[in-house]
Amino acid sequence: MTINTEMSVRVAEITQVAEKVKRFRFERVDGLPFPVFSGGAHVVVAMRDGDLLRRNPYSLMSSPHEQSAYEISVLRVEQSRGGSAFLHEKLKQGDTLTISQPINLFPYDVRGRKHIFMAGGIGITPFMAMMDQISHEGSHFELHYAVRDRKHGAYWQNLLERYGQHRVKIYVDAEKLFIPVDTLLSNQRLGTHLYVCGPSGMIDSVLSKATALGWPKQNLHSERFLAPPPGNIFKVILARANKTITVGTHQSILEAVEAAGVDAPYLCRGGACGQCETQVLGCNGSIEHHDIYLEPDDKKSGKKIMICVSRLKGDEITLDL
Amino acid sequence: MLVQGIKSRPVYTGLEIDANARWHLFALEGEGVEALLDQVKAVGPEFLKTSDILCVGPLPKVEAEYMWSAPTIPVLLNRLRVNLINAKMGTRLYLSGTEGFIGQTMKVALEQNIDFNSIRTEHRGSTARRVQCVHCKGITDDVKTSPYTCTHCGLHLLVRDHYSRRLAAFQGVCIDAEEPGTAPPPVVMFP
Repeated sequence: MTINTEMSVRVAEITQVAEKVKRFRFERVDGLPFPVFSGGAHVVVAMRDGDLLRRNPYSLMSSPHEQSAYEISVLRVEQSRGGSAFLHEKLKQGDTLTISQPINLFPYDVRGRKHIFMAGGIGITPFMAMMDQISHEGSHFELHYAVRDRKHGAYWQNLLERYGQHRVKIYVDAEKLFIPVDTLLSNQRLGTHLYVCGPSGMIDSVLSKATALGWPKQNLHSERFLAPPPGNIFKVILARANKTITVGTHQSILEAVEAAGVDAPYLCRGGACGQCETQVLGCNGSIEHHDIYLEPDDKKSGKKIMICVSRLKGDEITLDL
Repeated sequence: MLVQGIKSRPVYTGLEIDANARWHLFALEGEGVEALLDQVKAVGPEFLKTSDILCVGPLPKVEAEYMWSAPTIPVLLNRLRVNLINAKMGTRLYLSGTEGFIGQTMKVALEQNIDFNSIRTEHRGSTARRVQCVHCKGITDDVKTSPYTCTHCGLHLLVRDHYSRRLAAFQGVCIDAEEPGTAPPPVVMFP
């Protein structure tokens, strides 16, 4: 499934853009142009950290038309599994990495008469590319961007300068300025689309308010990448590969499968896209579903698991892999 | 004679009032009024206080915030277009009547960039179809038979389940192109 379309890139520049946020500029090692992407797309960055191979998704934030480089911005997470710590502390200018082709699970709806973007913190990144694209295409948009304080907030000054105060509103938690979600969503013309990216709590709260105000789900869009949560060690029997592997505390099933040299399909590695859905052939224990893809019925059935984020609470699980 | 099993065939899942909607906009035609009355029976008349009912033909005997009777479908479509241009998010659109009516009102909504999945529809009344001749592009309303004779170019057309939301019409394809004049007799399929 992992067709070899990965691109080898060199870190051209690392810039500290706000407290705990760094921007990484990648250029292709082979010197070829990057593919044009669409705003909202992400790439999976493969990082070799000692013996470990990590693959984490990051939204592309550079201009979708820019083919000489791709840029991502990464928040240094306190309880990092290693991805953001590696990028912030180990990666140096000139190092090489491997990234996937761009994948877009968060595109904007081109039919929209107007687009409202709501970002919380580092959730701003996909909107950077989307706004660049939309402003070229001439559609209407507004950005409502909530940051913890002005030092931690990335890019808010640049965005204000570039798109103007009529389109960009900044809300600062530390100054008790919050997005007036109800007021905003009560007064939009029909055909408006809403996009939310940020902490899970923010996404849930905004989407439930929108639903309560009569917004149909077709006009509501969100993206969240879930980091695989840690848990107890357990065994996985790969029925087709005829292998038994162990999943470590800070490892996902997918990562353990890959470490064992078995190819499993994936796209987002964050429990959202559905690509890594795997049949469960048997298990003793209960599956801890952490994804936001499977329907509640599927989760209850115990027959399916999203191996990028979900785990087993028990000893052993047999998968159709 | 009908070509079936084509995915684009629209499915009408019922009006079902959205309790979250802040405003309910109905476009009804003829027996489509019954679908609205069934909703009043099912969930009570409360939603009518925040409803706007546009109707081709006699109005239903209910009290809604706004009610308006149109003499013909094209007149209703103009009014609907203006309503949608001025509408806010939180407005839910409900369409009920013949397929041709639902298709034409939905076309107006699509032109206003509304996702068709968010529109609630219920088919009531005749099953007669609105069909486009794929050869001359002329549209004939109220087609009850297949094959039928194109009212524009006179070809004998087989009616397919192949539907276009953009045109709000099924597609009719010439049935005797190889040997003109050998078309089977029309059979009433959409009474």
